[in-house]
Amino acid sequence: MSIQDRVIAIIAEQAVLEPSDVTPESSLDELGISSLGLVESIFAIEEEFDISIPFNANEPGASDFDISSVAAIVRGIESLVAEKA
Amino acid sequence: MKRVVITGAGTINALGHSVPETLDAMREGRCGIGDLDFRDVDRLAIRIGGQVRGFEAEGRFNRQQMTLYDRFTQFTLAAAQEAITQSGLEFQGDLAARSGVVLGTAGGGVSTWDDNYRAVYEEGKNRVHPFVVPKLMNNAAASHVSMEHNLKGPSFTVSTACASSNHAMAQAFAMVRSGMAPAMVTGGSESMLCFGGVKAWEGLRVMSKDACRPFSLNRNGMVQGEGAGVFVFEDYDHARARGADILCEVIGFAMSSDAADIVMPSKQGAARAMAGALADARIDRSEVGYINAHGTGTTANDKTECAAVADVFGPQADKLMISSTKSMHGHLIGGTGAVELLACIMALRDGVIAPTIGYEEPDPECALDVVPNTAREAKVTVALSNAFAFGGLNAVLALRRV
Repeated sequence: MSIQDRVIAIIAEQAVLEPSDVTPESSLDELGISSLGLVESIFAIEEEFDISIPFNANEPGASDFDISSVAAIVRGIESLVAEKA
Repeated sequence: MKRVVITGAGTINALGHSVPETLDAMREGRCGIGDLDFRDVDRLAIRIGGQVRGFEAEGRFNRQQMTLYDRFTQFTLAAAQEAITQSGLEFQGDLAARSGVVLGTAGGGVSTWDDNYRAVYEEGKNRVHPFVVPKLMNNAAASHVSMEHNLKGPSFTVSTACASSNHAMAQAFAMVRSGMAPAMVTGGSESMLCFGGVKAWEGLRVMSKDACRPFSLNRNGMVQGEGAGVFVFEDYDHARARGADILCEVIGFAMSSDAADIVMPSKQGAARAMAGALADARIDRSEVGYINAHGTGTTANDKTECAAVADVFGPQADKLMISSTKSMHGHLIGGTGAVELLACIMALRDGVIAPTIGYEEPDPECALDVVPNTAREAKVTVALSNAFAFGGLNAVLALRRV
């Protein structure tokens, strides 16, 4: 599975949707993921890829990690995975 | 119904090992938050907190006591000793039989859990000390205070996360007001600053890595603290009859539940608790001059709390002062309301309003007088102390100058 497929699987599970309903353009808001759901998704992604995502729920926009869409999250993870390698 | 007054106060927290030391620090706007110092801190993402420094249990407690006292119990006993000594009460006879201890804590003996899990899981030991259970139980602190001071009336522990102390003090107040107890020892304590205690909080992603800046636009989360605050609540007539020095009067309280979300605060729940405390105290909102805020420094709490204050107080919201001393001592979780009550006593008794330090940028969603950075002299007749817990459980106390 590609990084994108793995991320979509995690987000779909959190949103209680089928992976086919989650597109790269989707925002987490559109998918109905709350701020708590976002914290859980980030945790699940960190576990899946063994990375640490700089994310503070008090200032979700402040870090370099862009969460504005599924595609943005995938790009962020790709760069964190590359840094780790 | 009896009138209820506070005749003794004690504390230990990151700002000081006594009430005078703590109030001096609050007057000076001193910050007690710094680098955490304990085992495995290098494996944490969050490495700051309001840790109690220079508190040596050795020498203060004997070897047998040390095997039974978790750090949260040690803090409680130190604070209770200061409070009861100041009150001048000696619990004997009928007074002892009817007076008790109600304390708040969220986690109880967290470092005892932490140490012993480490021993059995990480180190593979198959044996733990025989007193692990009595050391870690949430009621250990209340029980040891009852034993140390011969308090034989109703004693128990209240656990409502960040509102534990306020719920506990509300209970003690109700018991003295109803005539059930002539005096109650009350407050709360917390000691979660160990690897497991901080790691659990880290998971929520609401902690700041650099500072607690309540109400400031650039706030980025809460900072944990530790310590205890303990008070003697006493029947006013009883206190007057023995010529006790009265610190202030407790005039009312209210508790409410958001019944909404396990972590996100509710404006309505907070507002109902504040309005309820005013109604219980039978005072008009115009009498309130100071609110010690819950003021955690998270985005969600601070804006919700300010909106609730605006709803309850209307135009008076712009006249009163509201500050969060968590900026100085950190968030003591289950002990926080007790330490923060000291700021209310200082406002009422000394006419000094503790500041919200670390305040850098105004937030239009927190547009109240938050007493930024520097303490202020002001005459205050009535003060409120807010506590709004995870789980949506709120408790607000109302106090008056005597």
